Amino acid sequence: MRPSTPAEGTQPWAPLDKNPARYVPKPFIEVEQLSLHYGQKPAFHDVTVSINKGCITALVGPSGCGKTSFLTSLNRLTDLIPGCRVSGRIRLDGLDLLAPNTDVIRLRRRIGMIFQKPNPFPLSIRKNLEFPLREHGLRDREQIAITIETVLRDVGLWDEVKDRLNAPALALSGGQQQRLCMARALALSPEALLMDEPCSALDPLSSGVVEDLIVGLRNHYTILIVTHNLAQARRIADYAALFWVQNGSGQLIETGTAKQIFEKPRDPLTAAYVSGMRG
Amino acid sequence: MVKTLERNLDGRELFASILVWSAAALVTATFCWFLGDIIWHGLSQISWTFLTAPPRNAGREGGIGPILVSTALILGVCLAVSLPIGVGTAVLLAEFTTDASLFGRLTRRSLDVLSGVPSIVFGLFGNAVFCKMLGLGFSILSGGLTLACMVLPILIRSTEEGFRAVPAGYRLSAAALGLSRTTTLFHLLLPAAVPGLLVGLVLGVGRATAETAALIFTSGYVDRMPESLLDSGRALSIHIFDLSMNVSGGDANAYASALVLVAFLLLINGTASWLAEHWLHRRIVTI
Repeated sequence: MRPSTPAEGTQPWAPLDKNPARYVPKPFIEVEQLSLHYGQKPAFHDVTVSINKGCITALVGPSGCGKTSFLTSLNRLTDLIPGCRVSGRIRLDGLDLLAPNTDVIRLRRRIGMIFQKPNPFPLSIRKNLEFPLREHGLRDREQIAITIETVLRDVGLWDEVKDRLNAPALALSGGQQQRLCMARALALSPEALLMDEPCSALDPLSSGVVEDLIVGLRNHYTILIVTHNLAQARRIADYAALFWVQNGSGQLIETGTAKQIFEKPRDPLTAAYVSGMRG
Repeated sequence: MVKTLERNLDGRELFASILVWSAAALVTATFCWFLGDIIWHGLSQISWTFLTAPPRNAGREGGIGPILVSTALILGVCLAVSLPIGVGTAVLLAEFTTDASLFGRLTRRSLDVLSGVPSIVFGLFGNAVFCKMLGLGFSILSGGLTLACMVLPILIRSTEEGFRAVPAGYRLSAAALGLSRTTTLFHLLLPAAVPGLLVGLVLGVGRATAETAALIFTSGYVDRMPESLLDSGRALSIHIFDLSMNVSGGDANAYASALVLVAFLLLINGTASWLAEHWLHRRIVTI
């Protein structure tokens, strides 16, 4: 089984196990009464939810209901936005994530993020993977090469790029770029991955490849994925959470297993949204 | 009815086209005329001897060797001082202050005012501060430092624009990978901002090389070969000014000097745009 943190394992960059033992669901990220304001404007308020370890949790809901803001508050990317205030409590495996003395660099290494638009650095394919590894203290050239190959194999990109690792990453297609970004995040051996509509900027074929990849990461990583594609959420998610704008601010309407949310929604809003009547 | 409307529109479009095209043609023609004039009168004088020999007979005869050396030294001092300060300030403005902060507003406003100050005022300021107060006298050092003050606003503003042009996605994805701000700055933002920096450098070097008024009071008139940075040295633009205004019969050499100056500026311009275009590509391949 893949070790959950780099510190525990002797070989943190082992390839993905094809048939991992399923984690017993237990909370990994616990969010309590979380609210976020941009200046005076609330993005979402009073969100309480717990995200289970090794599972895929889909965040769904119409645009502008705070899903992406919620996601970025989990790796404290919100720190970068001037005037952004976060209140409430987030616990990551017991660690108080919003405490002022939390090591943000280490936190972001534990929680990787994939953005809506593929955003590789304007460097070569190899440099894109090597640069963050070096910055996190991996100097051994051989180990770096092994890691690069492992993560590129994990995202199914190795055979496509192994002969041109020094080519610019921006010359890759959109789908390849997004998989490279996933490889870049995986190379740091995170425990959780935040994905902000990772397929929405891709064509249907690439989108399918990335989606399969996400399914393959289940059980290895705790995954939170924002998606507007309900069919996709239904296909891949273990759990789902519906956000909605009420009184000018985003709110969490309902959470549950994906099966329950899509087949037996309790809230009428959820029922209307998943059946395509609203949103 | 429809036909007349169309014809009217056609007429107006034609008129507008003629207006726009002739404006563009006027600008280009002016440039070509004056470039042609300089080449026509100056090219026959240019030779290796002209570029290396010292001027004789107040510049009517001989070459511009020491003047080129002085110009290069003044420019060197100017860049050595203004580049680090300029890039540092631009980084601070673009990456570490928000638009609304008092510090940012104050700095930007000062830069805008500075860039509008006439060069003669910079000359008097340089004379008062560098030559007299700091006791550097009429020297290449004083001239270079004065030019640095003049060039800074241009350099800072365009480098800052360079930083602002870097997509926000780089900063976010770098932060999400747990990279520190310093690492992000040096490995990602600075290389990506190089085109902006180069534009600033070209504009700055262009302004510095062409500067006359600010140098008259600071680096002086002496056309000997300078022996140190504390020697007075005559810049190319001052040489041109002197030959054409104060020395009768110096026109031929003034034209030749002007041709050298223009050729140098065009060369700098070309090099910078070439660099800006190829920088990203070369970086990816060589790293």
